[in-house]
Amino acid sequence: MASDTMIPVETTTPRNTTLGKVRTHPTQNEGLIFEKSSPGKRAVRLAPLDVPEVDAEALLGDAFRVDAAPLPEVSEIEIIRHFTRLSTWNYAIDLGMYPLGSCTMKYNPRVNEFVARLEGIAEAHPYQPESLAQGSLEVVRELEQCLIEITGMDAITLQPAAGAHGEFTGILLVRAYHESRGNARRKVIVPDSAHGTNPATAAICGYEVQNLKSNSLGMVDVAELERIVDEDTAALMLTNPSTIGVFESEIHKIAEVLHAKGALLYMDGANMNALVGKARPGDFGVDVMHLNLHKTFSTPHGGGGPGSGPVACKAILEPFLPTPVLARRSDGMLGWNHDRPQSVGRVRAFYGNYGMFVRALAYILANGPDGLRQTTEDAVLNANYIRSSLEDLYELPYTTASMHEVVFSDRRQAARGVKTGDIAKRIIDYGFHPFTVSFPMIVSGALMIEPTESESKEELDLFIDAMRAIAHEAEKTPELVKNAPHSTRVSRLDEATAARKPILRWRPTAG
Amino acid sequence: MRYLPKSPAERAVMLERIGVRTADELFHVIPEEYRLKRDLKIPRQMGESEIIEYFRNAAAQNGSGYASFLGAGCYRHYRPVVIDSIVQRGEFLTSYTPYQAEITQGTLQAIFEFQTMICELTGMDVANASMYDGSTGASEAVLMAARITGRSHSVVAATVHPEYREVMATASQHRGLPSTTVGYDAETGRVNLDLLQAAITDDTACVLVQSPNFFGVVEDIPAIAAIAHAKGALLIVSIAEAVSLGVVRPPVEADIVSLEAQSFGVAMSYGGPFCGVIATKEKFIRQMPGRLAGQTQDADGNRGFVLTLATREQHIRREKATSNICTNQALVALMATVFLTVYGKDGLREVAVQNLAKAEFARTTLTAQSGAEALFGASPRFNEFVLVTEEPVAVMQARLLEQKILGGVDLSRWYPELGHATLWCATELNTRAQMEAAATTLAAREAVEA
Amino acid sequence: MALPTHLHYTKEHEWIAVDGKIGTVGITDYAQSTLGDIVFVDLPKVGDSVTAHQTFGSVESVKAVSDLYSPVSGTVTAINADLATTPDKVNEDAYAAWMIKVEMANPSEQDALLTAAAYEAFIAEETGK
Repeated sequence: MASDTMIPVETTTPRNTTLGKVRTHPTQNEGLIFEKSSPGKRAVRLAPLDVPEVDAEALLGDAFRVDAAPLPEVSEIEIIRHFTRLSTWNYAIDLGMYPLGSCTMKYNPRVNEFVARLEGIAEAHPYQPESLAQGSLEVVRELEQCLIEITGMDAITLQPAAGAHGEFTGILLVRAYHESRGNARRKVIVPDSAHGTNPATAAICGYEVQNLKSNSLGMVDVAELERIVDEDTAALMLTNPSTIGVFESEIHKIAEVLHAKGALLYMDGANMNALVGKARPGDFGVDVMHLNLHKTFSTPHGGGGPGSGPVACKAILEPFLPTPVLARRSDGMLGWNHDRPQSVGRVRAFYGNYGMFVRALAYILANGPDGLRQTTEDAVLNANYIRSSLEDLYELPYTTASMHEVVFSDRRQAARGVKTGDIAKRIIDYGFHPFTVSFPMIVSGALMIEPTESESKEELDLFIDAMRAIAHEAEKTPELVKNAPHSTRVSRLDEATAARKPILRWRPTAG
Repeated sequence: MRYLPKSPAERAVMLERIGVRTADELFHVIPEEYRLKRDLKIPRQMGESEIIEYFRNAAAQNGSGYASFLGAGCYRHYRPVVIDSIVQRGEFLTSYTPYQAEITQGTLQAIFEFQTMICELTGMDVANASMYDGSTGASEAVLMAARITGRSHSVVAATVHPEYREVMATASQHRGLPSTTVGYDAETGRVNLDLLQAAITDDTACVLVQSPNFFGVVEDIPAIAAIAHAKGALLIVSIAEAVSLGVVRPPVEADIVSLEAQSFGVAMSYGGPFCGVIATKEKFIRQMPGRLAGQTQDADGNRGFVLTLATREQHIRREKATSNICTNQALVALMATVFLTVYGKDGLREVAVQNLAKAEFARTTLTAQSGAEALFGASPRFNEFVLVTEEPVAVMQARLLEQKILGGVDLSRWYPELGHATLWCATELNTRAQMEAAATTLAAREAVEA
Repeated sequence: MALPTHLHYTKEHEWIAVDGKIGTVGITDYAQSTLGDIVFVDLPKVGDSVTAHQTFGSVESVKAVSDLYSPVSGTVTAINADLATTPDKVNEDAYAAWMIKVEMANPSEQDALLTAAAYEAFIAEETGK
């Protein structure tokens, strides 16, 4: 049907327009996979059945599915093209800097993917006999040991499937600990700078959330903390370095204040990339914390998961860890111990996101102690380099020393009507993923930038140039920024209509 | 340190701009006594070849070349090669949650396609963008039912995967949500409807069953739905073996379906990562946890996709959120989407029917001789069945292992009342030769004893 | 936009129109413009009781959710069901898009509410910060 296609000739289209590190180029259009379906096309051929055929309807009776689900009918080349075209509409770490604050978008090494797919690793069944799973279990053991050493804690569970799930598990440990001492206590204190998952987790574990205001440095106000901590306080959930990228320099006092009242210190490990090999939470008073293997330990974000959220704790909390826990038996074999009477119970079927353990361990082995320390130093170096290179044009709401991320505010640009979200959209035109916008909430109009260690000086300089250019645009041509992005496949999308009249699945058009 | 893209000279220039002499100075905000002054005690830095060698050794320690009849919530199905070709594209692999819609249309459209396929498979109106896995998904579904009904009690069938039930117990007990477990009919292996009826109270938010259940038996969903709905409770159906949907009637009477999509092209990987998903009726969208991709238009009228109804989520509602779950399993959901596209309408039906045939042959072959009997023979099943043997399970499994066969999962840990019972699974990947070898080994018992 | 003077207001940005024992409640134009595109309004059921200064529902924009606070105590006698399908009416005309009608248990409660002038001064103070 080529004759139907009209190809307009755009004689005025400028060619090879370069903006910083990018130049526009066409992407393929691609409909939904259902729109490519046509009865009889197929991409699969099964091996012939080597056992007698069965009458499915007779075997299943009323439980037989009469109408097959209308899944798409397409061929393999169409599948490859479909998903490859979709992939080209995504920005990714593999394309360039992805400075989303608090997300630690670092390079995802390819050897991780390779080893996770080795047949004996990828095809292991969770219920195969432990005698035939010693290799899988050794990987768990090695990763556990490494993470315990990195955090300075005494024990760990790898079962939680993601960071928020780790928080949930960690607060359950806190609850079980207090219950074992006769009183679960009533409230959990959460600073106003915390990730939204922290108060959500505390509430889900049955705790009342008490908000703690940050002081003028963006840190925990120790005097205020001392005032509100009492015998009803189960724990403080603290992110350290905080969400403004600042180390809580009074961390030991914070821990003392809590411990004096029998409360525990929970650390959200979202920002561990600032500490690995340089400081250990277990050494500065943390009782329980979660890690994000998909942040600090390089497992891929994959468009929003899978993650993995191990929880490390001090010995006082070890009896309460989710069941089962890995143990070495008297004969030297590793095995799962289910006999844990004080355990909070299971938080996930099987043993957690095992494939992520493999990747995280591969990352640790590729780095070693010297590599992990250099990684942390580079992450902090990069953030401070950005800070030094932009602080004359963007407002620093807190001038406290930055660690792995730097938080600016849009105050100067907002005076021209340009908000953090607009700057974020405009940086897309320069070939970067935006930073995190409007978080943490203690900074009005926040730009939260976490470059990670994975960026070269060249890429950082391009980012800095782009941010400086946008600051000038906000002065001279604010509309250019406010209407960005200008180079993407789609312009700003109508989110209001999407939420008012949700279309959450494709349906065939009538007739 | 091959992942770090900086030369010493570049670091020096950067330090100079910052105004410090060494990177270590940047850490002086950490009180001196808490700074680590030694190397971490972890293995030394390894070359790539050494890393691969390390994991090859681990894989080798696991043993290889076994014929496996293990299922029980983790299924061995063929994974078409194109799945890994697609999910290893860096644009999918190394992208974040698609909050910036303009530069994540690929992930968003793929999620929208996933949601659509799950709706078509389950008979529900809407599906979310995925949950951690089937166990946490079922647990979230119970909490969702409590929010919808304003009731707190749940009734759970004993034939739901035991580890799913453990996860639910952990989640419910800390919120003070009571739960009653309902036993199964010894003849049919299905949930006992009389006990079910009796267990539901005016405070029952939901009835949760699994179908096919943990014994591989398909539950009578219409009858269970009628009992639950008569008392104002919702019905949640958990599906652990997703390929069953190719040939088993979808649970259209359910209010919420919690699906584990591992069977759709996801490696077993010693139990994770997998891909849970919740699907429900349109009227319950706002009580559903998890991310959702929705269709909309851009300023120029082009079709596009965004994450929508985000106000249900924790980053906005904080302590009032419907759930604290932040991530989904996007990349695993993509694997499932590609799998379903490869198999398509006819292929999924065909592979599901092959599973039926294989399991039927395995069951009849294994029970052809004395000393082994299949339970719940008159009930509709998918690809699993319970085998009861005269021989103790450990003894039988040891003999099978000698023949390089992984027999069924020992049920005594969860269902001691069944005696010497094992749960066997046969998929399209199990060959007739494997089944006959297993049967021969079982039959060799007398010879061994004699 | 001039504030309707026949209404009473709260510091949580609700308005109430009183007719005998029945109070009609909505959110102010200032509230809707601050929230942006409103996509969902969550309201109580007819017959539910509401308490002065306590939440009775919530209103959602694309990226925010705000609680609704009742200006008075009483029983809900009607809800504006149109808002379930057309929440954007709140953006179009906040004073026409009422949310609930309440049979007031204690009509004197309205005396403690803000007048148009007092509310206007309150907004000026809020935005001046």
